[in-house]
Amino acid sequence: MSAVAKVKMEQVFSPPRALKGKISHFCPGCQHGVIHRLVAEQLDASGVRENTIGVASVGCSVFLYDYFDVDVVEAPHGRAAAVATGVKRAQPDKFVFTYQGDGDLAAIGTAEIVHAANRGEKFTVVFVNNAVFGMTGGQMAPTTLLGQVTTTSPYGRQIEAAGPPIRMAEMLATLEGAGYVARVAVNNVKNLMKAKAALKRAFEYQTKGLGFGFVEVLSACPTNWKMNPVEANERVGKEMVAYFPLGVFKDAAKGA
Amino acid sequence: MAQRVLIKGNEAIGKGALAAGCRFYFGYPITPQNDIPEFMSAELPKVGGTFIQAESEVASINMLLGAAATGARAMTSSSSPGISLKQEGISYLCGSEIPGVIVNMSRSGPGLGGIHPSQGDYFQATRGGGHGDYRTLVLAPSTAQENYDLTMLAFDLADKYRNPVLILGDALLGNIKEPVELKPYRKKPPRKDWALTGCKGRQQQILKSLYLADGELTERNWVLWKKYQSMQKEARWEEYRLEDAKLAVVAFGSVARILKSSVDMLRDKGHQVGILRPITLYPFPSQAVKETAQRVGRLMVVELNTGQMVEDVKLAAECQAQVDFYGRPPGSIPTPDELAKEILKVIKKGGAR
Ligand SMILES: Cc1ncc(C[n+]2csc(CCOP(=O)(O)OP(=O)(O)O)c2C)c(N)n1
Ligand code: SF4
Repeated sequence: MSAVAKVKMEQVFSPPRALKGKISHFCPGCQHGVIHRLVAEQLDASGVRENTIGVASVGCSVFLYDYFDVDVVEAPHGRAAAVATGVKRAQPDKFVFTYQGDGDLAAIGTAEIVHAANRGEKFTVVFVNNAVFGMTGGQMAPTTLLGQVTTTSPYGRQIEAAGPPIRMAEMLATLEGAGYVARVAVNNVKNLMKAKAALKRAFEYQTKGLGFGFVEVLSACPTNWKMNPVEANERVGKEMVAYFPLGVFKDAAKGA
Repeated sequence: MAQRVLIKGNEAIGKGALAAGCRFYFGYPITPQNDIPEFMSAELPKVGGTFIQAESEVASINMLLGAAATGARAMTSSSSPGISLKQEGISYLCGSEIPGVIVNMSRSGPGLGGIHPSQGDYFQATRGGGHGDYRTLVLAPSTAQENYDLTMLAFDLADKYRNPVLILGDALLGNIKEPVELKPYRKKPPRKDWALTGCKGRQQQILKSLYLADGELTERNWVLWKKYQSMQKEARWEEYRLEDAKLAVVAFGSVARILKSSVDMLRDKGHQVGILRPITLYPFPSQAVKETAQRVGRLMVVELNTGQMVEDVKLAAECQAQVDFYGRPPGSIPTPDELAKEILKVIKKGGAR
């Protein structure tokens, strides 16, 4: 028998219940994992895990159901906001969220997200902006920065050919129907705390029945940016934040 | 006794859906099916249902996918160009085994085409315009009454097989006004243990169509194939004055109803001719066509297109009968008289064994 006295220990930390604990397939330094974690923590904090229906999109985050311990339906590429509309209308008491990349939401799914936001659908959108199409191998996205080299902008993104990068949060914030719209980053602790707060508020928009909640999260894709994780993280703070300012663009029910 | 009402074919679809417990409708306007969304927008709120006019047909089929994933009975409707846009969603519904009812009150193509009645979407409906090795059940009404009845059946079949069901009508069937007996719906919809309702008290559930692990997708395709095989028993068809026929006309939907008058006219003149009308286009009533081919020896296919179902008829007939074809591309609706003349040409040509 051990001679060590039994000390009553208080548990001060544990992984979120809403995550299954599976080792992720994400590349080293990819921030999808961090964002998954933040979303899972908020599912726990809001006490909605068992009442949640997630909508997975097509991109590096398609395996949402492998990581989150919640019911999940997989949407066709870009259609998550339309699928979530159907889910939420049929199950208004459930917590419904989509998790979409910038190819998914800002390119092929632009119509769906704009109209869902404008209808004021009462679900929550987590929009991961990593300025590339990650899953398909690093092609140019609507959010790719000017001059950024990708596999389909080998000479850098040119405004004449591709137009300027699209700022989804600002655009959606102009819609009368959108409730809460914010842009955050997870590149340092300060921004992480702000990201947490934004997610909390976006979740509240749904749990309190206030309306549509949208959180754009700037994210690093070291693999397709051809950088190591540290460089990629630094790029978020320097180049990405410079073009995609962080902040809350709309909080229509402020105070509620 | 069931109530009898005089209504348009499109409204009969809406009434059938409501009777079958459909509480979710997602659509986008397009002629000649606008009465369906209009009807649903007026009626669904009265029964606690949801109507959404979506931003596109792409969005509406995906809204259906979302609502149906939670176990709800949901419907969308459109017409040809809009149905083309729904093909992506239909493929995902099949891949994820989510039921749903999709109505195509078809118009004429290709492209923007026109709004005339046409059967040019037969291939799209029966082959599936989306990607992958999948099948959808396809029901082809030919009266407003059948619009009502088959819509109720469509919901039952969709749930039974966890598969989308297509109703293929056309401008004529949508807009014709006829008496319809509003038979009450008596079935009990099945339990849907697979539906997504939150994982309280059970394991997480997933509805998806992505399978990347070694061998998984091969297996998945075989499982679906087996299901499609099991659907074959759902083949439905109608035989009209076929008993002693020496020529069987095979036709579906709107043109089949016109042909009934042509056959009556020809019968009055002593010609032994009848109709075999497929009611399910998938599964195609191949066995019935084959037996008719063997028994009658002479087939003629009539379609409002330049020749699509005729391929299925020839396959089913297995060379047991000569198969003639008369096709009418969109632009005008053939009269019973005109079709009788075409049938007469085939009779005169002879060729029965
Ligand atoms: C209709 C359709 N077009 C294209 C694709 C290929 N595809 C898969 S993921 C993807 C883009 C993913 O990029 P993003 O949404 O930014 O997510 P990320 O992988 O960067 O997280 C594309 C184009 C597809 N699956 N379906
Ligand atoms: S490709 Fe980019 S977005 Fe995808 S997992 Fe790797 S780092 Fe993350």
